[in-house]
Amino acid sequence: MASHVTHVHLPPSGFIRKWVFSTDHKVIGKQYWSLALFSVFVGMALSVLMRFHMVWPDAKVGFFESLWPTSASGGVMTPELYLSLMTMHGTIMVFFVLTTAPQGGFGNLILPIQIGAEDMAFPVLNMLSFWTTFLALMVLLAAFFVEGGAPLGGWTAYPPLSAIPSAGPGQGTGQTLWVVSIALFSGASLMGAINFIATIIDLRAPGMSLMRMPLTCWAWFMTAILSLLGFAVLLAAGILLLLDREAGTSFFLPAGLVVNDQILNHKGGSPLLWQHLFWYFGHPEVYIAILPGMGLASNVLSVFSRKPIFGYRAMVYAILSIGFLGFLVWGHHMFISGMSPYTAIAFSVLTMAIGVPSAIKTFNWVGTLWGSRIRMTTAMLFALGFVSLFVTGGISGIFLGQPALDLYFHDTYFVVGHFHMIMGVAAIFGMFAGTFFWFPKMFGRMMNETLGRIHFYLTFIGVYAIFTPMHFVGVAGNPRRYSDFKEFAFMADLMPVHTFMTWAAILTVAAQVLFVINIFWSMRKGAKAPDNPWEATTLEWTVPSPPPFDNFAGKHPTVYRGPYEYSLPGEEKDYKMQTDPG
Amino acid sequence: MLLGIIVWLFTVVIVAVFVGQYWWFPPPISEHGRLYDEQFMITLTGTGVIFFAAQLALGWVIIRYRDRGGRASHVEGNNKLELVWTTAAAVLFIGVVLSSTGIWAGVHLRKPPADAMTVEVMSKQFAWSFRYAGADGKFGRLDIKQINDAAGNPFGIDEKDPAGKDDIVSSTVRVAAGRPVLLLLRSRDVIHSFFVRELRLKQDLVPGMEIPLSFQADKPGKYEVSCSELCGLGHHQMRSELEVLAPDAFAEWLKQESAKLQQQ
Repeated sequence: MASHVTHVHLPPSGFIRKWVFSTDHKVIGKQYWSLALFSVFVGMALSVLMRFHMVWPDAKVGFFESLWPTSASGGVMTPELYLSLMTMHGTIMVFFVLTTAPQGGFGNLILPIQIGAEDMAFPVLNMLSFWTTFLALMVLLAAFFVEGGAPLGGWTAYPPLSAIPSAGPGQGTGQTLWVVSIALFSGASLMGAINFIATIIDLRAPGMSLMRMPLTCWAWFMTAILSLLGFAVLLAAGILLLLDREAGTSFFLPAGLVVNDQILNHKGGSPLLWQHLFWYFGHPEVYIAILPGMGLASNVLSVFSRKPIFGYRAMVYAILSIGFLGFLVWGHHMFISGMSPYTAIAFSVLTMAIGVPSAIKTFNWVGTLWGSRIRMTTAMLFALGFVSLFVTGGISGIFLGQPALDLYFHDTYFVVGHFHMIMGVAAIFGMFAGTFFWFPKMFGRMMNETLGRIHFYLTFIGVYAIFTPMHFVGVAGNPRRYSDFKEFAFMADLMPVHTFMTWAAILTVAAQVLFVINIFWSMRKGAKAPDNPWEATTLEWTVPSPPPFDNFAGKHPTVYRGPYEYSLPGEEKDYKMQTDPG
Repeated sequence: MLLGIIVWLFTVVIVAVFVGQYWWFPPPISEHGRLYDEQFMITLTGTGVIFFAAQLALGWVIIRYRDRGGRASHVEGNNKLELVWTTAAAVLFIGVVLSSTGIWAGVHLRKPPADAMTVEVMSKQFAWSFRYAGADGKFGRLDIKQINDAAGNPFGIDEKDPAGKDDIVSSTVRVAAGRPVLLLLRSRDVIHSFFVRELRLKQDLVPGMEIPLSFQADKPGKYEVSCSELCGLGHHQMRSELEVLAPDAFAEWLKQESAKLQQQ
């Protein structure tokens, strides 16, 4: 049910209102996207440092000592420094890249236009949500600079380790800043979620029924619902953790703890409570990270196959099932935690069930390509890469979802390989595809296809080279979160694999420079983009590139058909715009 | 075109490495371990076929339907096909997890035999300690205030409890081959996790909880214990050993340890 925008706002003037404190969803989307781009480079730098240390733990590196005089004195990275880099790597990547670019970035940029609206439902709230996210990032990065440095408890921050300041270096102020940052980020996400849901429910143009929405919109819709319900719980958990740390409460701390020879005063709490709260958020979180990419893959595959997405309705139901079931599987992160073995069985069946809609989506992507006529643009390459990576990453889930097999694989590199394939690669490929696809719309210029292709192939080969071997060393029993592997005889044979992965990581990260060059060069020198360079059917391609300030220049579009009308028999053109009444 | 070939190449390489078992499990040392490996192979075979088929199909459509002029076929879907592959996926996925439930139940839902030897495990930043009840078969009372690592009392055995006088405390865990063992897992500070690859078993040790884990090892040897839950800066060094001894060698070790305690 569409409603009219009730107020008319004039374009902003002045640099600050136009580019800094803007309420224009297109500017905010670019701000989110830029924040994610900055964050991913910080995250990648941290991962290269980690991979370096795992393979050359005793190396003396001059600039380590200049950056970290205490935790890398003599130029040698200490285990606590490694663990703090690892903690920040995970936190930055999961929150400030994977939970930012797909939804806050691309969602903000494109959603209103794709549904025929002038802006999001609450533009000021939108601006607030970005700047709160920005503040959260600043608070997090500040942890590097405080006494004790950044926390070392992992992005999962399990108590008691995260609740007891004396349990390790970085667990003092650093861990507190981490919790504050996550709490701020949760608040920002809640604001964004409310905005997305209200926008999709209320601001669709006439004729844009729910079942005529592009799959990107469905994905952003479901992701917003997951965010709303998930981040609320994370925020609560963060507050409880802060209270345990600062106010002497014992939500997560039992009696009888002895840390650094001190008997602590806490009693009555349970470390498992944190895990339940965290993963109740944490599992929907991974669907928050991947659903927009799935929606985008569907969209891009359809456009460049010149074919409707295979099974649109099934794809919608799959998105909704993944969202719903996503809230019922959190215990699969806790099979080994000490929680009831009966609940493990229940969670495992639900976990396998959620594999079904994911499988449906994969079949339908391949079904879309069957009988198609592929236009191999860079965006299409990344969407196809997404499908391949999603299959590889998803398959290892079938092992991990069985508690019996998790008795060995939990906390090994098998898990690290699994989630990196799915999040650290498939989701990232979704972002690459989105960038190449929508850059012309947002900046009015085409990106360089040759540079794009080279970047794609180097990255696609690179990520397979980095993350597939993790499954092999995982089968050999390689534990995760180890700063080095010198202590254990069985790991000696695995070092050549680790060395291979480290080199693959260094080369792949280096190749990302091509992407950055492409973006900044194309912004200035790229060929001018027409309204519809891809001959695509959805509403964003009916407006100029870049769009006017209010997207539709005061006119409200009317939608007559679905989003994937390609290659209709008997039609001259192989695509029909959603606004085409004929 | 090139992408299709690369996808096929990766698929072949990955399948080859798994089939070749270049980096693999160590041999199992228990019946549970053997059942585990069977279930792993069933899962690997099934997922291997799916993986191979899916990547093959993806590579094939990429190559076959590259733009060579002409028109794409306007197909919106196929409900019958959707039903078939949805049902197949559901049956396969849920089937495989149900098939492994017996193994899980065998570890966590079955009472250990009455004659299982109980060993208490205490984990702390960053070391493992194991306690045996000694000749009297009784564990001494624990008192947190009497914990003294330097004096060899990581458990905090109450010196006023006579039952604790003959408790054997060790930094490694020794068991008799072919005999059931019940570990009682505890932690003094943060969450740790007990993992022995050859047993195919892993269990977190959670402060405030006492978690049982039973097993029966049947192959003598020394097996590494690696902490498997991030516990702080020493996590990567928290190593111990499970030593499985022939029953008489184990009895001999117990006798020697008890004798040492009596001399103190």
